[in-house]
Formats: sequence, structure tokens, C-alpha cells
Amino acid sequence: MTPTPLLNVDSLTVRYGARIGCQDVCFDLYPGEVLGVVGESGSGKSTLLNAVSGQLAPDSGKVLYKTRLNEPSNIYAMTGPDGRILMRTDWAFVHQNPRDGLRMSVSAGANIGERLMGVGWRHYGEIRTAGLNWLEKVEIDEDRVDDLPSTFSGGMLQRLQIARNLVSKPRLVFMDEPTGGLDVSVQARLLDLLRGLVADLGLSVMIVTHDLAVARLLSHRLMVMQGGRVVESGLTDQVLDDPQHPYSQLLVSSILQV
Amino acid sequence: MLRAENVAKSFTLHVQDSTVIPVFKHINMTLKASDCVALTGASGAGKSTFMRMIYANYICQEGSIHVRHGSDWVDMVSAAPHTILDVRRRTMGYVSQFLRVIPRVPTLDIVAEPLKTMGISECNAGWCAAEMLARLNIPKALWSLSPLTFSGGEQQRVNIARGFVAEYPIMLLDEPTASLDADNRAVVLDLIREANARGAAILGIFHDEAVREAVCTSEFDITRFRAANDG
Repeated sequence: MTPTPLLNVDSLTVRYGARIGCQDVCFDLYPGEVLGVVGESGSGKSTLLNAVSGQLAPDSGKVLYKTRLNEPSNIYAMTGPDGRILMRTDWAFVHQNPRDGLRMSVSAGANIGERLMGVGWRHYGEIRTAGLNWLEKVEIDEDRVDDLPSTFSGGMLQRLQIARNLVSKPRLVFMDEPTGGLDVSVQARLLDLLRGLVADLGLSVMIVTHDLAVARLLSHRLMVMQGGRVVESGLTDQVLDDPQHPYSQLLVSSILQV
Repeated sequence: MLRAENVAKSFTLHVQDSTVIPVFKHINMTLKASDCVALTGASGAGKSTFMRMIYANYICQEGSIHVRHGSDWVDMVSAAPHTILDVRRRTMGYVSQFLRVIPRVPTLDIVAEPLKTMGISECNAGWCAAEMLARLNIPKALWSLSPLTFSGGEQQRVNIARGFVAEYPIMLLDEPTASLDADNRAVVLDLIREANARGAAILGIFHDEAVREAVCTSEFDITRFRAANDG
């Protein structure tokens, strides 16, 4: 009854010249599972995320993804169109800076509709309705649908980016510090929203964050990275409450108490 | 329902020159259906630690902790993370001393959540949660608010409501009656008795002797397993 993993990452190594980005990283991601990756700046979190999501070619190792046809495929061996289809439909990437994930020169509604058009939607009315639905889901007023993202606040931009990514019903979402740079009340709202969406849509998520509180609230499992290596991994509450590795202990004991 | 064998625990503090703090070793314990066992021992003896190890929140260095999960037995020490999560979802409830929630989520949703993850419909789960909150004397006006702003006793009652709403076959209770007034303590004792009556196996930490005498079928003193500093 053990489910098969959606994603299987095997000995992934990325080097920047002589420097190590990440080294020998192995993990599985199961359907419906949220995996948090924590560690300080420069520990290789984002490198790993970019490599796993196919945006960065690794020096060695492979990433197997179970497609909708149930075949594990090596994502780096996928040819152009297959890879593009994957990025457009099955996968989504939420950037830390929403401006990296949005098209700032077109309206909010067009930002949401773009991925739908990418998968073949042609009926303008349907696309607009879907756009309005998603604005409501991410708690943005429907009358902002024709506004440019440049008129939105930081928190709204991040929510718009999430709507743009989730509209095509992806199975796997990569998030890079999705709550970074937001003030705490906006962050709480976004966390609540993300958790609800992940549970309702049954998404698998790989989320990179340096905020252990965010990791605790969102992720089922946690990987702690230091110097490009995974030094500890396990159930989120186990890693945070009973950390074993010296670096994990240091990280957990460095949290500020409010 | 639960079988702990030869369980040992020590903490290694790497930030303090790798000091090793041994807690206990060679714990053997069984918990049967309809048991209500009180975990006893002085403060610092490792009661909460042992309970957290059963819940796989703390790592167990030696031994095994087998838990009856549906028709299978799962070793919480060696099981895969998603198996442990499934045990927590369907078999084992844990009422901790602290409530940990996402800001902004209404109390009613927090209490209904364990039921929803078991696959019970939103409407039924909400109804059960409402009933449980009412029983624990949380005023209805508070149900739509986040419990983060509640008093300590109210937060603990929300925590208890969340733990008892799902009728787990195994329940771990870490001081469920601390900081409650007499009326609410009586409600919690009733909940424990009812859980026992439907066959749940309960392991609890109760500092109040009267509470222990009221609900527990036996006591398990953890002090005798204390590990000496010399290992």
C-alpha cells in the first residue's frame, strides 16, 4: 500500500566552478507531500530547488518524475516540447520575488489566463471566469482583474503569482521563499491560503525557506542543508523538536522567541 | 495496542561541547485497549520525552515502539515518514501542553481538522467540532476567532477538543487537566472515561493524584529506568 514517489532525486550535484552548489542530494517526494528545505543563506537551498525543477543543469545525478502516464522520466533527458509541456501543466514555480514570476506589463487577469491558453484554452469567456475564480481564491478583489500588477501591493503580487501558477492544476509546485519580504500579517494570510490550497488540491510541494516557523506550519518533512549537503532530514516536528546534527541544533536554538 | 521494547534515550547537545544527557534506558511497556495508564515520575524523569518518542516526535536511539495501526503493527522507530503521518492521522492522537496553530485560522476549523484529514465531510466535521467545543465550555462567540488570542485555559481546552474529536484508538495525553478549573476538569475526565469505554488505549501524564485515581487503571513509574551519567 506504500505509494510510489512522484519525484525521485538521486545524487544530485551542482558545482559553480570549483565551488559546490549542492552535493549528493537524494530524496523522494510523495504525492500530496510538502517537503521543506531549510538552511542559512548560501547553504545550497535555492541551487537544489533550481536543479530539481530543471532550471539549472546539474553536473551529475538525476531527477525522475512520474508523469501522468505513470512513467518515471528523467527530466534532464526530456526533449524540448515535453519539457515545456511539463513546466506549463504539471509543474509550477513560485518565485521569492513575484515580479520574476509575473508578467508586469499585462493585466492581472491575463497573468492568470496565460497558462490556461498555454494548455489549449481558447474561449475568452471561460478564461476570464477562471481568472475571476482564482482572484477570489487568493483573496484579491474581482474588480482588480483588469489592473496591471504594478498597481498591486507586495502581498497581492505574491498571491497573484500563486493564482497564476495554480490555475492550470499542477501536481508539483516549487516555492522559493514564498513568504520572504512580506510583513507578518500578510505572511500569516498567505500561509493560511497556501496550506488550504495544498490540502484541497492535493499538491506536492517542495518549499525552500530560511524561516523555520514557516517550515513547521507548511511542511510534512524537512531537509536541513549546510554547505551544499543535506545534513539532516525527517519529519518536520522531529527535526525541529529533537534535532540530531550539530548544525540543525544550532539553527533551532537560534530562533528568536516572540 | 502499543508495545515499547528496550527503549532508550539520550540527548547530545552539540552546542555545549557535545554534552550527552542520558534520560532513560531499557523501558518495556505495553498498553492494551481500554487501558488508561498514568505515566509517573519526578519532573525531569522523561515522561514527556517518552511520550514524544511514542509519537515519533523525538528520535529513539535504542529499542522499538510497535503500534497497532488498523490490522498492522508499525514500528514508530523505524517507519517511513509517510507511514508515521498515517498513524498520526488515523490511529494515534496526542494532546500536548501547547497549542500550535497558523494565525488567522478559526477555532472551529482547527478542531474540525483532524476529522477532515480522516476523510469526514466538512459539514459533519464542523458539526462534531462544534459539539466538542460546546462541551468544553468555549463560548460560541469565540469559535470564529483564532485561538492565539485566547487565555491559557481556553487554548488548552481547544487543544483537548482537537485531540478528542477524532476518537483515535490510541491517545497520548500530556497533562490535559493542568490549568483547568474544576468544572472543565470534570468534562475532560468524562471524555477520558468515554474514550476508554469505546476501547481506546490511553497513556497520560497527570500531576494531580485525584485525577489519576479517578480515571487510571494502572500507573507506570518511569523513574526506575533512569540512566546514570556514566552510561
